[in-house]
Amino acid sequence: MTPHSNVLFRFAAPQAFYGLAGRLWPWVAALATVFGVWGLWTGMFVAPIDFQQGQAYRIIFVHVPASWMSMIIYLAMAFWAVLGLTFNTRLSGMMNRALAPTGAMFAFLSLWTGALWGKPMWGAWWVWDARLTSELILFFLYLGFMGLTASIDDPRRSDKAGGLLALVGAINVPIIYFSVRWWNTLHQGASVTVTQGSSMAQTMLWAMLLMALSFWLYAIAIALYRIRTLILEREKHTQWVNAELRPEGAS
Amino acid sequence: MNPFIAVVRRDVSLALRRKNEVMTSVFFFVVVAALFPLGIGPEMNTLRLIGPGVLWVGALLASMLSLGRMFAGDHDDGTLEQMVLSSASLPSLVGAKILAHWLLSGLPLVVLSPVLALQFDLNLQAIEVLMATLLLGTPLLSLIGAVGAALTLGVRGADVLLSLLVLPLYVPALVFGAGAVQAQTAGLGASAHLSILAAMLLMAAVFSPWACASALRIALE
Amino acid sequence: MIWNSAGEFWAMGGYGLYVWGSFGVTFLLMGGEVILAGRRHRQICESLQMQAMTRDAVQDSAQDWQA
Repeated sequence: MTPHSNVLFRFAAPQAFYGLAGRLWPWVAALATVFGVWGLWTGMFVAPIDFQQGQAYRIIFVHVPASWMSMIIYLAMAFWAVLGLTFNTRLSGMMNRALAPTGAMFAFLSLWTGALWGKPMWGAWWVWDARLTSELILFFLYLGFMGLTASIDDPRRSDKAGGLLALVGAINVPIIYFSVRWWNTLHQGASVTVTQGSSMAQTMLWAMLLMALSFWLYAIAIALYRIRTLILEREKHTQWVNAELRPEGAS
Repeated sequence: MNPFIAVVRRDVSLALRRKNEVMTSVFFFVVVAALFPLGIGPEMNTLRLIGPGVLWVGALLASMLSLGRMFAGDHDDGTLEQMVLSSASLPSLVGAKILAHWLLSGLPLVVLSPVLALQFDLNLQAIEVLMATLLLGTPLLSLIGAVGAALTLGVRGADVLLSLLVLPLYVPALVFGAGAVQAQTAGLGASAHLSILAAMLLMAAVFSPWACASALRIALE
Repeated sequence: MIWNSAGEFWAMGGYGLYVWGSFGVTFLLMGGEVILAGRRHRQICESLQMQAMTRDAVQDSAQDWQA
């Protein structure tokens, strides 16, 4: 064991990670708030009106970050799944359970804001756009993960089964996206895309990036917070948890 | 005897003794194919348009219905643990079970599809392509579904959960399967779709037994 | 400032329903997630504390019996 991997694996122990997460999350949350306020200010008070879409385009300031986050979180889950299945660490499974609800929420938000954007722009609450359809399937993948991990009582089996599912899902996501795009271009003459064109004003792009950064930091902060709760639950029979809960001293 | 062949023969003969399992998939397929025209109307032009999609969705759902039974029976009577512990390679035993599942639930759908396709007034070339896509697609569905069945083994509410897990993964097969028939009808030729389906089947045939074996080990430890 | 009045800001050029429907639900869900996570953490801490106190009480009374 090299000294370098010692440091890495030190935080694989729930107790060590609990402390680290506890120190980190307030800072990450504060940063997320700062970037969020800055992004909203730029998006709502600085960015000009769009030539084609009027003021409605401002929905992209939440729609695009939510979409990106739903995909990034799924990738993160796949990463932790590989780690967990390879090294058999308990923390990896807990990390996935901490991440999944936020990922599902962002996927839902992406669909919701996409619909609210599509209605004024293209006259329909739902268009079978390739991106939106893939997002819907991603939402189902999240729900499947949450359903599976919730139904299995044994925590170790639940972690591993969830990890395997996340991995299988992640491998399939490119295939699913490719097939949905193929399907979309075959069946629609004029390609209807909900995404904004690449010719965006500087301020619009800047606001969008700020919001994306804010959402990303938010996801990290809430995952760190949630995993502390999970660690306490899982490790409740250990001495350090008991000491943690009764700082005023044992009887 | 080769353990692979032995497992296939065992699964098939066990299922044929309780014929209702085979009949459930077939019956569901037939019923779905009859329900859609009843729900949509007998206009032949519409039916010709929706036929490939309806038949593919029917086959997909019928295949999905029988997935729960793939491992549950053996899990209940302890045979599955014997398989996991045996010296034979677990992926190959799992592959044998998947093959048996396809022979019982998938192949009958392929055979039945021309008859049902006539209800949607599909022409001969479209029917040929439909059978080809189902021949490639139903084993693919069995392979993908098996991973879901292994993950949800013995879990509360496994049936509904299995559907939720497996449906997103079924989407590519559905898109290219039904799309092939539609491409054929539109005069564009289905060879691209069929090649992609074949490629997906090959990939699944390699990866799925391995993933299932991992899932079974996770479920049984 | 790109808005001439507060009314303009809320109206969003006629798209107010869609824009505020999006932002509103976003903040609702994100805020709700934070509140739920906090509440869950408190519930778990309380329940684990109760369990620990019960264990202590049982141990204490067991010792009393022995004394």
